[in-house]
Amino acid sequence: MSAVLVTALRVAFLALLWFFILLAANVVRTDMFGRTVAAGSPELAPPPPQRKRRRSGPTTLVVTEGRSSDTQVDLADGLIIGRARDAGLTIDDDYASTHPARLIQSVGGGWQIEDLTSTNGTYVNEVRVIAPTTVTLKDDIRIGRTHLRLEK
Amino acid sequence: MTASRAGVGAPDDTVVVYRKRRNVELFMDLVAVSIGLGGWALIGLDQNGTIPGDWPWVVGLWTGMALAVHIAIRIRLPYADPLLLPLVLTVNGLGLAMIHRIDLIPDPVFHDATTQLVWTGLGMALFIATLFVLNDPRELQRFPYLLFLAGLALLLLPLVPGLGTTSGGSTIWIHLGPFSFQPAEAAKVVLTIAFAGYLVDHSEVLSKVGRRVLGLQLPRVRDLGPIVVMWLASLAVLVFENDLGTSMLFFGLFVMMLYVATELPVWPVLGALLMTLGAWAGYAFTYHVKVRVDAWLHPFNNVDQNYQIIQAEYGLAWGGLTGRGWGLGRPGLTPLAKSDFISAAIGEELGVIGLMAVVMLYALIVSRGLRISLTTDDPFEKLLAAGLSFVFALQVFAIIGGVTRLLPLTGLTTPFMSQGGSSMVINWMIIAILLVVSHQARRPRRPEAPVTQRGFVADFASDDTAVILP
Repeated sequence: MSAVLVTALRVAFLALLWFFILLAANVVRTDMFGRTVAAGSPELAPPPPQRKRRRSGPTTLVVTEGRSSDTQVDLADGLIIGRARDAGLTIDDDYASTHPARLIQSVGGGWQIEDLTSTNGTYVNEVRVIAPTTVTLKDDIRIGRTHLRLEK
Repeated sequence: MTASRAGVGAPDDTVVVYRKRRNVELFMDLVAVSIGLGGWALIGLDQNGTIPGDWPWVVGLWTGMALAVHIAIRIRLPYADPLLLPLVLTVNGLGLAMIHRIDLIPDPVFHDATTQLVWTGLGMALFIATLFVLNDPRELQRFPYLLFLAGLALLLLPLVPGLGTTSGGSTIWIHLGPFSFQPAEAAKVVLTIAFAGYLVDHSEVLSKVGRRVLGLQLPRVRDLGPIVVMWLASLAVLVFENDLGTSMLFFGLFVMMLYVATELPVWPVLGALLMTLGAWAGYAFTYHVKVRVDAWLHPFNNVDQNYQIIQAEYGLAWGGLTGRGWGLGRPGLTPLAKSDFISAAIGEELGVIGLMAVVMLYALIVSRGLRISLTTDDPFEKLLAAGLSFVFALQVFAIIGGVTRLLPLTGLTTPFMSQGGSSMVINWMIIAILLVVSHQARRPRRPEAPVTQRGFVADFASDDTAVILP
């Protein structure tokens, strides 16, 4: 190959390299801000769970033991359990805090319970919840003197 | 956390939505692939005047590997950061091309680039596996102390007699049958997760301040435990394994994460003081550090001993502004040009313009990682993403700084570029973790009921009557 061609290709390669960096900088620029949409917008709805999971997965949260026994509520992402009236599932229990725990839907479609720093704690199978803990149909959740369970 | 996950900084009734941008990623991936392949083709053109005959295989394989990773992201993490993968593919492609170029120097030629391609494939496989296994990064928060012990064990594993081997003066390898492995690479991930888990729980205590000296809020003496433990562990690595780079990497990582968690400037200041003390002790009492410092300050005082760094400097000078061109320099004159000194080989053949582009690519990778840390609002994920990005930053700074004689040379790997399997595989896994965190942070979500902040107050007010149950 002629020396001119070698030089041209060498410069072209360096130009390609820096062109890529400029492209990347442009992606950084256009990615800086997202769009702002209203909180109630339908595009924020969580993706519908896969049908297979839905058939086998839990759908309701039932109080199995305690004064609010047999109360049940449909599962929802971010469901708050507590004594407060504005909680998703209100339980009548003097030993529970107002907003002690929250249910979170994990990415795979399973459910996790998170303790919101309550005084008496949230327990899954009598183990205190520190980090978000996965709960299944088999697990027993206890808040104060109230026992809860996921059901289909 | 008070702000909702996707709505940082937005008023309560609106949410910020990020676009998916997967097609942008695909386009950038293809440009990235063409850069690596372009380098590879230019080696053949410059040396023999033709593109090697196996080009359909090489082009197909590298493009296919990139597409496989891209498709895995499309399936599992549609909202993940669009830039990280193309940036990593570019650096990885440049590294493979340069290893292939250095393979061609001896007669008969080596085939290290093929081995490195296999390691890249394994790294990508681990990347995809991480995407499918790790649903929620917060699951990693559970066992910080166990992970800390595991990380320390990995770091010190090469000291076990019969398992560890010494090469190039440092004892950082273990051999199991035909396989060799650098456990410090795995310790990078394990310890970052452990630090993040620990600091999330203890940042409040660690940010309590004691006396004020010279305008600096000092921490309380009783809170100095963790930093001293990490300092001693790093000194142990330095003294017993003779590995300056690893020692500095882990101590720097811990100090940096401590700073991110507590926002107290005193921690990095204290860390720098301890590091200076350790470096001085290393210089005064160990032969290894003294050699490195002398090679940095006065390389020509002992030409035989500092042969490697001198050759690298001549290579960079020979490369000049635009480089000799792919395949036209003489990077083979520098020992370890494929691993520690690959940036010198890049500087020789692509010139300062090419080497700066590589530094820029790393800077973009780190900035995307820190951006992920800013976007997410889970404190554990914030620390994890910041720590993992900082690992890259510190590594690139130390090794390229060492090769260009800005710093004493430390034997760290150049991420995704230098020859070596453990580093390649683990770095791909780090990118996978960062992408999982970014997907979680960017996907649209309804704002959560702002219960946490009110909940705290209400809890303490109303729980006075409650008793602790047996």
